Amino acid sequence: METKTDIKNETGNKPSKEEIRKQKKAVRALALDFSRGTRHHFLLGILGIFAAIVTAYFIPLITGFTIDYVLKDYAEAEYSGSMVIAPWIERIVDNLGGKQFLINNLYIMGILLILATALNALANYVRRSQVAYGAEQLAYNMRTRLYDHLANVPYDYHKHISSGDIIQRCTSDVDTVRRFVQNQLLEIVRTVFMIIVAGYIMFNMNAKLSLISVMLMPVLAAAAYIYCRGVKKHFALSDESEGVLSAAIQENTAGVRVVRAFGQQRSELDSFTVKNEDYRKKSLKLNSLMAFFWGVSDMFGFIQIAISLCFGVYFVIKGEISVGELTVFSSYTAMLVWPVRQLGRILADLEKAGVSLGRLNEILEAPVEAEPGLALEPKITGKVEFRGVGFGYEDGQDVLKDISFSAKPGETVALLGSTGSGKSSLVQLLQRLYTVREGEILIDGVNINDIERHHLRRNIGLVLQEPFLYSRTIMENIRITRPEADEGEVYDAASVASIHEVIKSFDKGYDTVVGEKGVTLSGGQKQRVAIARMLMQKAPIIILDDSMSAVDTETDAAIRDALQSRRDGCTTFIISHRITTLCRADKILVLEGGRLVQEGTHEQLLKTPGLYQRIADIQNLLEDEMKTEQEAN
Amino acid sequence: MDELTTTALQEEEFNKKIDFKLWKRLLEYALRHKRVFAAGVALMLVTAFIDLVYPQLTRYAIDKIIVKGESGIGDIVPFALVYLLFVVAQGASIVGFILFCGQLEMHMSFDIREDAFKKLQELSFSYYDKTAVGYIMARMVGDIPRLSEMIAWSLTDIFWSGGFIIGCIIFLLSMNWKLGLLVLIVLPPLAVVSVYFQRKILAQHRIVRKQNSRITGAFNEGIMGAVTTKTLVREERNFDEFKSEARSMKKASIKAAILSGIFTPIVMTLGSIATAIALYAGGRTVIAPTIFGATMTLGALTAFISYTTNLFDPMQQLAGIFAEMQSAQASAERVISLLDTPCEITDTPEVIAKYGDCFDPKRENWEELFGEVEFKNVSFAYKGGEQVLKDFDLKVRQGETIALVGETGAGKSTIVNLVCRFYEPTSGEILIDGRDYRERSQLWLQDRLGYVLQSPHLFSGSIRDNIRYGRKDASDEEVIAAAKLVHADEFISALDKGYDTEVGEGGARLSTGQKQLISFARVILADPRIFVLDEATSSIDTETEALIQGAIGEVLKNRTSFIVAHRLSTIRSADRILVIRGGKITESGTHKELLKLRGYYYNLYTTQFTENSTEKLLG
Repeated sequence: METKTDIKNETGNKPSKEEIRKQKKAVRALALDFSRGTRHHFLLGILGIFAAIVTAYFIPLITGFTIDYVLKDYAEAEYSGSMVIAPWIERIVDNLGGKQFLINNLYIMGILLILATALNALANYVRRSQVAYGAEQLAYNMRTRLYDHLANVPYDYHKHISSGDIIQRCTSDVDTVRRFVQNQLLEIVRTVFMIIVAGYIMFNMNAKLSLISVMLMPVLAAAAYIYCRGVKKHFALSDESEGVLSAAIQENTAGVRVVRAFGQQRSELDSFTVKNEDYRKKSLKLNSLMAFFWGVSDMFGFIQIAISLCFGVYFVIKGEISVGELTVFSSYTAMLVWPVRQLGRILADLEKAGVSLGRLNEILEAPVEAEPGLALEPKITGKVEFRGVGFGYEDGQDVLKDISFSAKPGETVALLGSTGSGKSSLVQLLQRLYTVREGEILIDGVNINDIERHHLRRNIGLVLQEPFLYSRTIMENIRITRPEADEGEVYDAASVASIHEVIKSFDKGYDTVVGEKGVTLSGGQKQRVAIARMLMQKAPIIILDDSMSAVDTETDAAIRDALQSRRDGCTTFIISHRITTLCRADKILVLEGGRLVQEGTHEQLLKTPGLYQRIADIQNLLEDEMKTEQEAN
Repeated sequence: MDELTTTALQEEEFNKKIDFKLWKRLLEYALRHKRVFAAGVALMLVTAFIDLVYPQLTRYAIDKIIVKGESGIGDIVPFALVYLLFVVAQGASIVGFILFCGQLEMHMSFDIREDAFKKLQELSFSYYDKTAVGYIMARMVGDIPRLSEMIAWSLTDIFWSGGFIIGCIIFLLSMNWKLGLLVLIVLPPLAVVSVYFQRKILAQHRIVRKQNSRITGAFNEGIMGAVTTKTLVREERNFDEFKSEARSMKKASIKAAILSGIFTPIVMTLGSIATAIALYAGGRTVIAPTIFGATMTLGALTAFISYTTNLFDPMQQLAGIFAEMQSAQASAERVISLLDTPCEITDTPEVIAKYGDCFDPKRENWEELFGEVEFKNVSFAYKGGEQVLKDFDLKVRQGETIALVGETGAGKSTIVNLVCRFYEPTSGEILIDGRDYRERSQLWLQDRLGYVLQSPHLFSGSIRDNIRYGRKDASDEEVIAAAKLVHADEFISALDKGYDTEVGEGGARLSTGQKQLISFARVILADPRIFVLDEATSSIDTETEALIQGAIGEVLKNRTSFIVAHRLSTIRSADRILVIRGGKITESGTHKELLKLRGYYYNLYTTQFTENSTEKLLG
């Protein structure tokens, strides 16, 4: 039950500060854990980012340099300033033959430009691919970890979770984290780098103009942050309205017969229109907000660019900077404005990823199955003994009390009892899907708590009343425990389960895909496939938990006969309501309210008043009924 | 496998030429909002125009303010003001086009959804038989918004990209046509590369999405089948299989990321060639006249370079839009085919003229319905399926209760579906009160029809809403009276919120028995002349059984009733029991008469008696 409350906590009481801190710590630890094997990708990615930024800034420098240093004198330009040029560049130019050399060989500037861009392209490629490698590896780590964990938590956990919620977490939350890492996390790094590098270059050229060129940016980032946080509410409203709308379509379509039978097409259309209208209204509201924000923030971005340009022109006239530097300034401003705005948005999204990681952490916190004892792997022949076994679920109520009986190898034990009498729990204890609370269960003299659970389960074939088939072919389903088994063996098992002929009558025979994405089998067909699947296990102990309830009585009998003749010494537990099934068992156990109230053979129980006798009496009741019908005639 | 899927997808999605007819059909929806559409397009063009003006402003600043050298601060102020004006205008037009395009998107999806929903109300049951609810949902909540978004944003975006590209070309050529032509040489290869990559990227994204749904499926199976996996000790093998799925996902996603990772750099590098040409050739022209003409000013060179660099973004965008349109074509086809599906059961124009259609019935012209039903020589086959009924005859008196028994697929449900006119006979006719029911409207019949499914369907909402579904204008008292009549009032009143209890989606918060009772109350309120009940096969507890038995009796009173019967109690009290085998009536009579025959009915009855009695003992 602990697991269930964990998942629930989210909506329950507000956690204390201490708890929040603990949770944050757990989430950080989890993030670190998941990032194993991805870190070198991210480091390379960061290097790529750095290289990309440096080269990107280089490109305007080339144009600026060309204009200032090379072309200025020819353009009748009379502005005074000139770009500050690093001494080493000047030295190279001088060695080549000075300015005149570049004027004569202007193509060099062109080639430099292409080279810089190509380098930038390469760096960008490295960044994107490395980040993709890292993020996808991270997603892989998360997915496999979750899947493995969910396969190893106890049965009880699965009984108490909402599977939709868990699947949602394993898919969309993983994706939220992945997307954040891939698109946003490194974007933060990139923006910060850009600001530092651009800042350095600009401040070296002119400090005053640098400040002017970035003055609106903090406002822009803050505005984006505030807007993105604020608009969440409207996104939620619109999503909710969309949800209502799709639920309406879903219900109308699923209930189309009812709609038609009551002639309610008109009212359905009217109520749909109301919901459709509501969704439109909310989306329009959201759209107006977005239009306003993006338009206005675009405007402020452009104003920043304009300010930088106008003041730049002014500075050029005053002789404080050169035209080349002006080009550099306006290019840099244009490059910086949009990422800075984006930064605000990313910061607003940051917590989403944290929330998702927290939700994943909740799943991974649930303890997995453990070995309570020695984890032995003894040879199992099928001798089973219950000694004073008691059991209850964690919510307190006793399910089984003081159950004692034994079964010799090869014996058939039938269980009879009303709903809730504990029959299913009893056989589930045997497979250690639950752990015994009092007393002990021995198989071949070994306490099952000391038998390694996989070994134990491999030696006990269990068929449930509502069996689950994997969505793959029938052939694969039947030999799922032993994929290497040959087809003949599969046909044998299917024949015993009276399903071979049915399967062969399908268009694709044994290659028919069943389950989620395939053909839907009837309840009885599923049960029979599950019986065949269990037989492939060749276990010395088998359990049929009401697993022929959907099979008609004749087929039921045929299957039991076939089982009998092939079972060669299997200890068999059968839960059933059918007297014809029960009567042939070596031992019949009658359970009432978790207690073993009667035990014996068919003949013995027929003579003792009780549940078994009453069930057996039904046949007589029917004959009486027929008689009265006839007499009344 | 990867390669194979890629090519297969490309076959499927991209070898198709853009089907203009299809898009025209969707465009009609956009044109219903001509003004919004036109405003969006106009503002896109304005934005493109302003984007084109900026380099000219910079050019002016360099040539006229800076280089001349005589200018003072005074010259900057008007320049700054003009610049500011453009900035504000651009901000405003961006607000405007987001506003209008968004509106267009919302209006379009509203309209298409409305039309599609209306269509769904009219479509025949044969459509629902072969169409999964999930399929319809995917059209309604997946395809329709996607297409609306595409048309509202991408289509208008073509005007921005197109306008901007054309503007750039015009400016380049008019500033220096020889140099302009030289620079534009890069465009065709760029277009080819862009289209090539955009397609590949989209196709790869499709693969990623498919793989993603496999992962979801695997998680689903891992969780739903957790116990089975444990009992079969399949954990390790399943995990290995999952790992290989997760690896494929990783590979496909990385491939997609790398494709777009290569694409942008290639475009940038190609673009830089053009910029380099502009810088070199333009630079030389600044120094001295060249073959490209007389000297160029510094400002002109800067503007020229700006236009060249800015050209590539909209090129990429255009390529993206066309690739997207091609891949969205499948969506468009599916939506249009839903809108254009013909209804198999329709009323003739004469009938509609007199009786009205399903949205606007003319009740004043409706004759009363008494409930005498007659099958005359009725044959029926499902589309493309086997013959279910052949020359079937049956006459049912007004008020009679008919129980239909027989195996699955014998034709019981077909018979009741035909009575309801959910299907129509392939040949022969069904008379109601002596007249072929096709002479009157579907709604005329269905409005007086009560129908309870074996798994009763409730709509989410309160219990009160659900009962009232039978007759929308019923008062609260009438609702309660109906519930009392079928003994549902007791359990409803015992609930915390009574009649205001929410039933949950599909009635999930109630037991099957409770749902049955509510659906009976619903029928009582509708007060139908003909009642059809498809009984559940699954057993219910004894108490509920008794309750339902009482309720059914109430519903059957004075109504012609057809019951696909599974419960012994219902069968036994029917006026006439028909055993249907292979589309024919093989036994017919009252319970006693049929028992005497010792035939199919006798066997059915005795088996069920045993099972029912056991159920009762074991609860």
